[in-house]
Amino acid sequence: MTEGPALSERRRDRGRGAGPRGRGTLRRREARAGLTLISPTVAIVVTLVVLPIIWTVALSFQELRLIQLRTAGLLGDYTLSNFSQVLTSPGFWTSLRTTLIYSVLGTASSIGLGLVAALALRRSFRGRTLVRASLLLPYVAPVVAATFVWGVMLNPQFGIVNEVGTNLLGWDEPIAFLSERSNELSLFGLTIPVPTALLTVIVFEMWRSFPFAFLFITARLQAVPGTLEEAARVDGATPTQLFRHITLPQLLPTIAVLSLLRFIWTFNNFDDIYLLTGGGAGTEVISVRVFEYLISRGDIGAASAQALVLATVLLVLVTVYYRFAAKDEVA
Amino acid sequence: MAGMVTLPTDSPAAPPTPAKGPTGGRRWNRNTVEIRVLGVLRWVVIAGLMLFTLFPFYYMVLLSFRDLSSLVQDPGRLLPTLAEFTAETYRNVLASTESGGQGFLRFMANSGLIALGTVVLTLAFAIPGAYAVARLKFPGQRQVSVLFLSVYLFPSILLAVPLFVFFTRVGLRGSLVALLLVYVSQTVAVSIYMLRNYFQTVPASIEEAAAVDGATRLTIMRKVTLPLAMPAILANGLFVLMIAWNEFLFALLFLVENRPRWTVSLGLSQLAGSIEIPTTVLMAGSVILTLPIVVLFFASERLLTGGLTAGAEKG
Repeated sequence: MTEGPALSERRRDRGRGAGPRGRGTLRRREARAGLTLISPTVAIVVTLVVLPIIWTVALSFQELRLIQLRTAGLLGDYTLSNFSQVLTSPGFWTSLRTTLIYSVLGTASSIGLGLVAALALRRSFRGRTLVRASLLLPYVAPVVAATFVWGVMLNPQFGIVNEVGTNLLGWDEPIAFLSERSNELSLFGLTIPVPTALLTVIVFEMWRSFPFAFLFITARLQAVPGTLEEAARVDGATPTQLFRHITLPQLLPTIAVLSLLRFIWTFNNFDDIYLLTGGGAGTEVISVRVFEYLISRGDIGAASAQALVLATVLLVLVTVYYRFAAKDEVA
Repeated sequence: MAGMVTLPTDSPAAPPTPAKGPTGGRRWNRNTVEIRVLGVLRWVVIAGLMLFTLFPFYYMVLLSFRDLSSLVQDPGRLLPTLAEFTAETYRNVLASTESGGQGFLRFMANSGLIALGTVVLTLAFAIPGAYAVARLKFPGQRQVSVLFLSVYLFPSILLAVPLFVFFTRVGLRGSLVALLLVYVSQTVAVSIYMLRNYFQTVPASIEEAAAVDGATRLTIMRKVTLPLAMPAILANGLFVLMIAWNEFLFALLFLVENRPRWTVSLGLSQLAGSIEIPTTVLMAGSVILTLPIVVLFFASERLLTGGLTAGAEKG
C-alpha cells in the first residue's frame, strides 16, 4: 500500500521523458490497462450476482408464481403482501429462532474445537503434518457425501452410533438423531428436554467447520513471537496462565474475524440441514424455508421476501457485532 | 507450515521444562501438575480429534465394500472380513442405468466437465483481474475490491431465487453452460482475492526491469509475472476445482429434472432417499464422490493451506 503512490509517481515521470509510442501519460495508460483487465470479471459478477440481488428486491414486491413465469411480464404490480405473508406465517419466528441457535452454537463450537485442535498440535511431533492434513478433511470433503455418511451412521436401524449406544452404553432404545424433535434426558433425577435433531445438526456443523478455524488459528499461532511466552515462563507462569494471559490475547483478533465469517456462513447455510433432515424435526432454518417457498410451493414472491428477510436480519446482526463487540479487532 | 521445521523434535511427549522453582525437587506445585496433565491431555485430545474427524470416512469406505444384508445382520462390526468383501457395490453404482446400475460414471463425467470448465473460466477471468487489482492503479479500484469481498461473503441462497427464475425464463435452466457461468460468478471473487495477495508479493522491480527493456504490459504479465505466480495459480485452480466438484445447491436447482445431466453430488443426494437402492451401493457412490477430492487435497495440501490462510497472517 505504501509503495503504490511513489511507484506510480516514478512511472509517470519516466513516461513523460520517453514516450514516443505511448498515447497519453503512463498513468492514464495504466488506468486503461487496469480497467480492461478487470472489466470481464466485473461484468460477470454484476450480471450474475449484483443484478440478481437487485431483482430479488423487485420480485419480493410482486405476486409471482412459478407456473406463471413464462407468461407473466417482468414488472408486475407491486404489493407488500409477500412480506406480510412471510412475517405472519406460522413457523417464521420459530425458524428464525432455530436459525439463531444453530448459527450461534455452530459458530461457537466449531471455533472452540478449532482452538483446542490448534493448541494440541502446536508443538511439533512426528507425523504432525499428516495429522494436520487429516483434520482438514471434513472441510474439504463434499457436503453430500459427508451428510450421507452421517445419516447412515446415525440411522436407528443399522447405524453404528445406535449400535454402540444400545449395546455398549446401555441406551434403552435407538435414538432417531435426525428425525426426533426432542427427547427427555434424565440427569441426576432431573428431566431436561433436549432438541435431538437440532443438536445433531449443530454437532455436524462443528465437525465440518472446525478445520477452518483450526487452520486460521494455527496460522496465527505460528506468527506469535516466542519471546513473550519465554519471558513469562521464566517468571514462573504456568501453562494455563500462559495461555490465558499471553497466547489468548494475541489470538483474539483472529477469533473475532473467524466468528464473524463463520456466523455469516452458518446463518445462511442451506446444504447441511437440507441434506441431513430436510428441515424437519425442529431444524427448519430460514434458508431451507426460502427453498421450500421456491420449489415446493412455487411462490417466487414469498421466496424472495423470505430471502430478503434473511439478509436483513443478518445485516443487522453483523452491524451490531461490528459496532459493539469487535470494533477494535475486526477493523 | 514452516514452523514445524524450525522446532526441534525431541521426545514426542511434552518436553518437561526443568523445574524453575528454588526447591528444584519433585514437589507437586501447580506448574508441574499442569505440565503433566496437559502433556497427557494433549495426546488424548489429538487421538479424540483424529477419531472424530476420520471415523466417518473410515465408515464410508468400510460400508462401501459390504453387502447390505450383511450390514443389517451385523451392523456393529468395524473390521473388514475377506469373506464378505464385495466390489459389486462399485460395479452397480458406476454402471449405466440401462445395464441396471446407477449411472455414476456419467455423473462423474458431468462433474468433471463442470469442475474443469469452472477452473479454466475462473482463472481466465481472475488472473488478469487479480493482476490489475494488485499492480495497476485505475479509477474505481476500491469499489471493485469492496464488491468482490461482499460477493465472497454473500449467501448463495439469496441468489438461488433470482438465478432460478432468470434461467427458467430464458430457457437455459438445465444446461450445463448456465451452471458453469453461475459457478464462475461464485468463485471468481475469492479467486481474485487469493491471487491478488500473491501478486503483491512478486517484487515490482522485476517487472520494472522488464519494462525498461522494452517489454509491453502483456509480455510482462505473460513472461514474468505468471511464471512467478504459478504455485499460487495452481493452488487457486485446485481450490476452485474442489468448490465446483462439491457444489450442491445450484446443481439441485438447475439440473434436478434432467437425470443424464446430474453431477455426482446431485446424483447421490437424489438417490439417497430411494428405498430400492441399497445403502452400501450409495456408500460406494460417496467414496467415488469423495475420493478425487481427498487425493487432490493430500497431493496439494501445502499449496492449498498456504493460499487459504494468506489473508489471515496479517491478523
